Amino acid sequence: MSVIYVLLAISITVALIFFAAFVFSVKNGQYDDAYTPSVRMLFDDEVKPDMDQSEPKKEITQTKRSNQ
Amino acid sequence: MTNMTCYHCGDDCGRDRVHFDDKDFCCHGCKTVYEIFTSHGLSTFYDIEAGAGTTPKEVRQKYDFLDNTEIVERLVEFNEEGVQVINLSIPSIHCSSCIWVLENLNKLHPSISNSQVNFPKKTLRVTYATEGFSLKGLVLMLSSIGYEPYISLEEFDKKDKRTDRSLIYKLGVAGFAFGNVMLLSFPEYFEVEEFWLEQYKPVFRWLMFAFSLPVVFYASRDYFVSAFKGIRTKLLNIDVPIALGILTLFLRSTVDIFFDLGSGFFDSLTGLVFFLLLGKYFQQRTYAFLSFERDYKSYFPIAVTKLERDKSEENVQIYKVKKGDKLLIRSSEIIPVDCILIKGTAEIDYSFVTGESHAVFKHSGEKLFAGGKQLSGPLEVEVLNSVSQSYLTQLWGNAVFSKDKTGAFQTLTDSIGKRFTAAVLTIATLSTGFWLYYDASMALNVFTAVLIIACPCAIALAAPFTLGNMLRIFGKHRFYLKNTNVIERLAKIDTAIFDKTGTLTTTQKDTIIYEGVELTREETTLLKTTLRASNHPLSRSLYGLLKSNEIMTLDEFEEHTGQGIQGKANERSIRIGSPSYVGQQGDGKAQGTSVYVSAGKDFKGKFIFKNSYRNGIHELFGALGKTMQLGILSGDNDGERNQLEKILPVKTQLLFDQKPEDKLNHIKRLQSEHRVLMVGDGLNDAGALAQSDVGIAVSEDINVFSPACDGILDATNLTQLSSFVTLSRKSIHVIKMSFVLSLCYNLVGLYFAVTGQLQPVIAAILMPLSSISIVLFTTVMTNLLGRKLSQPTKSVQW
Repeated sequence: MSVIYVLLAISITVALIFFAAFVFSVKNGQYDDAYTPSVRMLFDDEVKPDMDQSEPKKEITQTKRSNQ
Repeated sequence: MTNMTCYHCGDDCGRDRVHFDDKDFCCHGCKTVYEIFTSHGLSTFYDIEAGAGTTPKEVRQKYDFLDNTEIVERLVEFNEEGVQVINLSIPSIHCSSCIWVLENLNKLHPSISNSQVNFPKKTLRVTYATEGFSLKGLVLMLSSIGYEPYISLEEFDKKDKRTDRSLIYKLGVAGFAFGNVMLLSFPEYFEVEEFWLEQYKPVFRWLMFAFSLPVVFYASRDYFVSAFKGIRTKLLNIDVPIALGILTLFLRSTVDIFFDLGSGFFDSLTGLVFFLLLGKYFQQRTYAFLSFERDYKSYFPIAVTKLERDKSEENVQIYKVKKGDKLLIRSSEIIPVDCILIKGTAEIDYSFVTGESHAVFKHSGEKLFAGGKQLSGPLEVEVLNSVSQSYLTQLWGNAVFSKDKTGAFQTLTDSIGKRFTAAVLTIATLSTGFWLYYDASMALNVFTAVLIIACPCAIALAAPFTLGNMLRIFGKHRFYLKNTNVIERLAKIDTAIFDKTGTLTTTQKDTIIYEGVELTREETTLLKTTLRASNHPLSRSLYGLLKSNEIMTLDEFEEHTGQGIQGKANERSIRIGSPSYVGQQGDGKAQGTSVYVSAGKDFKGKFIFKNSYRNGIHELFGALGKTMQLGILSGDNDGERNQLEKILPVKTQLLFDQKPEDKLNHIKRLQSEHRVLMVGDGLNDAGALAQSDVGIAVSEDINVFSPACDGILDATNLTQLSSFVTLSRKSIHVIKMSFVLSLCYNLVGLYFAVTGQLQPVIAAILMPLSSISIVLFTTVMTNLLGRKLSQPTKSVQW
């Protein structure tokens, strides 16, 4: 039944790992701004090379808006 | 005709519409930004949010001081090996498109390697190489795309401020310990007499003990410090019973497990601290992008242009300006020191400093006070006083600015806490006395049980959650408070004092009355055309008012700074300006500001500019007048006394020609008998705002400067002020109701404690139950109350 010591040791180690991760993330400044990353992750990485490609797409969005 | 909206900023295009690339723009500024974005492959900006851009303002030489390496070094965060990092505050950040374009700055200039936005704080952190690029270049580039950074003396002065993350750490530690202790104490809740459980009990208990150590000695340190301070100043605040509860919980539990008397209360202990810190965290989160501590420093520039003997110009730090120096003040720059005008015609807007609504003219040899803004043309001035000794800045030497309003005010929680602590200690002593007589072995058990169960966790949570939630509801209606303490102070207000200019009146529109011979149609058209060419603010507002759609071509246009303008077309001429300019005697004491008009050689008449009052002021004063005394403190002359008397309730006290110190002293006098709310807007109200019990700054644009205050109110919602006061009072009722509720829980717990039957499991159930129900109750109640506020006109992105 001394296996319980092993189990306790494992559970506490796992808990401490998560706690260390928490401390690291706070120290890293990840809790300073909780809003901007949520917007940033939705941006596409690609930047349109020139205007011609972006043109048709814009017209679609505009007609959508006028339909409503 | 359909209404065109600008493709870049979304504003109405109006008459000066610019058509470019199949799109409409409201001005050339917007068109230019569009060109910059599209030519650098940044057109995605317009796909994320439509009409999200901001119109760039012309900056010209405003940022020349960034050529000075000494200043740049103070501003940048990191400066080594040709790389600089700077954190800039950019007030115009407002949507996801802004984030996108600002984080893609490297597409606009190859020297920029990284840029990151902090949206809640409205700051941008840029890393760039100094080779072929500079801070000045960066600032000019940002300004050119409509994101002009806000660089002020305040930034320059600020010490290395580190963000305080200790509360998050403490919350994390408490939460971590709470979860683990709960798991470890679970087996003992069932009290099964099982062999193996009995065998391992000490291991579980000592593990819980180990987990609770950081909670007691680190996470709850603030409560011990505050309780100790309270006792030393002979003030029983709410932290005294909390600290006592935590200490008793820890000592009793340790003794329990040491002598194998029971499992201890480690679960309740860690849970208690966790919930308390959660309340603190909820209360502490406020508006990162607003500053409530600003003084003249954030209004003044960092550097000015100094004229050397040999007529060469040099940018010097404002603190290095000495008496006798000669300075060059360019158009739309702020005069940083008291000085004497040497050359040029000064037309100075003192509205922010004195409350006078329109610009004043000064001629060479006259004295100029610090804080005014030069409107047209460059000036040469000689310095009379250094920055800290100028007329305006001296106000900040007054002791009210170093006074802490929050500390002096006793909150509801603290005043209840005082009685609560006394009651708990009485009950504990009485029941211990009883048990000493009846069964002495139980006495210590009962004494500690009373202190444990009476720990006012729920009471301590009621105020943070009620007020914290109310703070957020106010914020949605664009009333931003410094902290939750302000709501409690607002609830006690019985006198409200208002500033006039900028607070009750709006700077955005004037009422203009014409007196004199009526102008013919042709003259009106000529007048309008002439005004069109002028950039003077009075010309601008008069231009917007005149009803004439024709525009003719001017043969001749002359602008005489500080005097007036002249336009000629088709052999006809028109002059607009000061009385002497149009050949007329001024009528001495004019009401408000007026401009005179003459056509050809004939004097025609004058346009009188009057401040226009915000809509709904009458209703606001009516609503406020029911529960409090009202008053007006104006820095302006009494020219509008009659008009004000018409709008405001009869009892309102009206005081005019008040200097900043007069305002401060008036509030001080009132405070001997009343609790005073001051509503103002400019630097001239700063003293009164600091002195009053609650000082609220009204602002047309919450991103621009507002003086140090307890709350910033968006001008469009000024009329809701009486609802805000009513809601604050109701919040106090909600807190009182929660106190009653938590007292009920305490009474139940006390029954178990006094009779000596308190089991750890009862405490472990009762403590979270009471806390959670209080949190639910206060949140639901405040949300219900908040619904009574009319819906905000425009949703603020949060």
